[in-house]
Amino acid sequence: MDRFRMIFQYFQSNSESVMNGICGLLALASVKMYTSFDFNCPCLPKYNMAYGLGIMFLPPMALFLCGLILNRQSLVMLEEWKRPTGGRKKDLAIIRYMCSSIMQRAMIAPVIWIIVTLLDGKCLVCAFSGSIDPEKFVGFANVTPTQTQLLLAKVPCKDDELMKNNPARKAISRYLKCWSQALGWSVLLILIVVAFLARSLRPCFNQAAFLQTRYWSNYIDIEQKIFDETCCEHARDFAHKCILHFFESMQQEIKLRRFNAPREEADGEEDHLRGITDQEQMNELLKSWYYSKPPLDTNRCLKGALSHWEGTKMHLP
Amino acid sequence: MDKFRMIFQFLQSNQESFMNGICGIMALASAQMYSAFDFNCPCLPSYNLAYGMGILFVPPLVLFLLGFVMNNNVSVLAEEWKRPTGMRQKDPAVLRYMFCSMAQRAMIAPAVWISVTLLDGKCFMCAFSTSVPVEKLGNGSYTGLSEKEMRRILARIPCKEIYNGQELVAREVAVRYLRCISQALGWTFVLLMTMLAFLVRALRPCFTQAAFLKSKYWSHYIDIERKLFDETCTEHAKTFAKVCIQQFFEAMNTDMDLGHTHSPEATPSEVGEEKEKLLGITDQGTMNKLLKSWHKCKPPLCLHQEVLQNGNGWVEENQHRNHISLPKREIVTYYSKV
Repeated sequence: MDRFRMIFQYFQSNSESVMNGICGLLALASVKMYTSFDFNCPCLPKYNMAYGLGIMFLPPMALFLCGLILNRQSLVMLEEWKRPTGGRKKDLAIIRYMCSSIMQRAMIAPVIWIIVTLLDGKCLVCAFSGSIDPEKFVGFANVTPTQTQLLLAKVPCKDDELMKNNPARKAISRYLKCWSQALGWSVLLILIVVAFLARSLRPCFNQAAFLQTRYWSNYIDIEQKIFDETCCEHARDFAHKCILHFFESMQQEIKLRRFNAPREEADGEEDHLRGITDQEQMNELLKSWYYSKPPLDTNRCLKGALSHWEGTKMHLP
Repeated sequence: MDKFRMIFQFLQSNQESFMNGICGIMALASAQMYSAFDFNCPCLPSYNLAYGMGILFVPPLVLFLLGFVMNNNVSVLAEEWKRPTGMRQKDPAVLRYMFCSMAQRAMIAPAVWISVTLLDGKCFMCAFSTSVPVEKLGNGSYTGLSEKEMRRILARIPCKEIYNGQELVAREVAVRYLRCISQALGWTFVLLMTMLAFLVRALRPCFTQAAFLKSKYWSHYIDIERKLFDETCTEHAKTFAKVCIQQFFEAMNTDMDLGHTHSPEATPSEVGEEKEKLLGITDQGTMNKLLKSWHKCKPPLCLHQEVLQNGNGWVEENQHRNHISLPKREIVTYYSKV
């Protein structure tokens, strides 16, 4: 359990690590899913190709969508894309960076599924056994074309009565498997070469802009998290005070009036309410957070912020 | 669990240790991949060689490149190579050291794959079954077979179930022959690799050891500097976000029509503390300039110099290029009070 906690803590240390962890889990899940899936070729002329290609391409699409859904950053990116400009300009480079990073991570599990499928070979043998040229293999002489198609479709099924003792079955199966594995390794090689080139050639293109984009996209992520935490703290205090208020008002009506005067805080108690003390105010604050995010400048004086906020308030629906 | 944590921490301590860990894992993964891989010789004359050689060489290439991709130092190396010189000179020896160290680590998993493949023998057997010397091993005088037909029969040697050339060459004989050669090659390869590694390690101190120590130090330095810069940027972003959000809440508060504030603002010392953590970088424009300047003009490797430039000003190169302090000459005169 200690080991798990340590690994868990390591991955939680920042959101990129979390995403890498989820990515790795999805990849392992993808391999496990494939090995436990009971592949069952229909061995019928028209169904083979549909089944084989379906098994090869549909689960990767599901895994890709899973990868997008599980990534918290996709929500952050969509929000950043769709928000009104308000006091803070939008930088398309940041959105592009976040998008590409999300896509890269989401593509790992589907690619692993496809490669494992190709290296295993069953899918391709099932899908393309009907498309090979029977002249290349011994055992199909004196057979009508329709009969040939039927026999070819039965190649993936080892225990089928018609093809069990046909010497050509193993040869065809082996031939297709060989092509499937060659394709699998080629795809893997191409992807690794692309990844290698992308990694090593990145600094040759506009490195300074890249550093900026990476910093600000990280910033947006952190800001969202801290805002959520601040709102949580605020909600907790709000609820606490609300309930206290309710209890006290039940006891004595006079005490109600005391709430209008500024209250002294208990020593050492941090006030998380920060002056926002009723539903209207909280709603305004949340609306304003979406419609008009504050500019990225902590030096601006509050007066300036005040006039700016009033200005944008006029545009709020 | 304590032991596990210790190992984990040790491996994380710097990029090189981390890469050693990854290297080991990849070597094990390489052996595991080979045993999990379903080798499937096509047993057809022209396909055998391509398949066999492909399985022997393509996965090692993939593993080699993967070793580079997984190594963070690749981007560090490329960045160091491509950055403008700015105030810090570039040392090609450091770049060479980084590249060599990365390449050495990346070569381990491919070497493991090739050794395991050759020692196992299936690949070699598949690739070269058509080149078996029939006269030596079998019935060379078996006539009535065209060249093509003979190749077709020999190509089926790796496939037990369909081999039909027992009269030409006994299958077990051919298999044993091919496996023997394959294993001999495998052991030779292992011996060569080990000898090479030994020579590199043992003879290193004979060649420019001082320069080597220098390169090793500065390459570690570059790696650590990049990591610390990233950590500092993350800390800065966190503080920036906190202050920004605090000010946002305060702005909402001051605009409220209540006329008096309920909130005691965060104590001035707290706000001051947070703002200090910002290290003076308090808006988007300045941060962008900082990041651009980090790439275009890295600071010189000299801590005790008076920093004359302001912000991102460009200091003349010749002033800092070779900061050889001229030795001060002290002249002592003795007075005689005689």
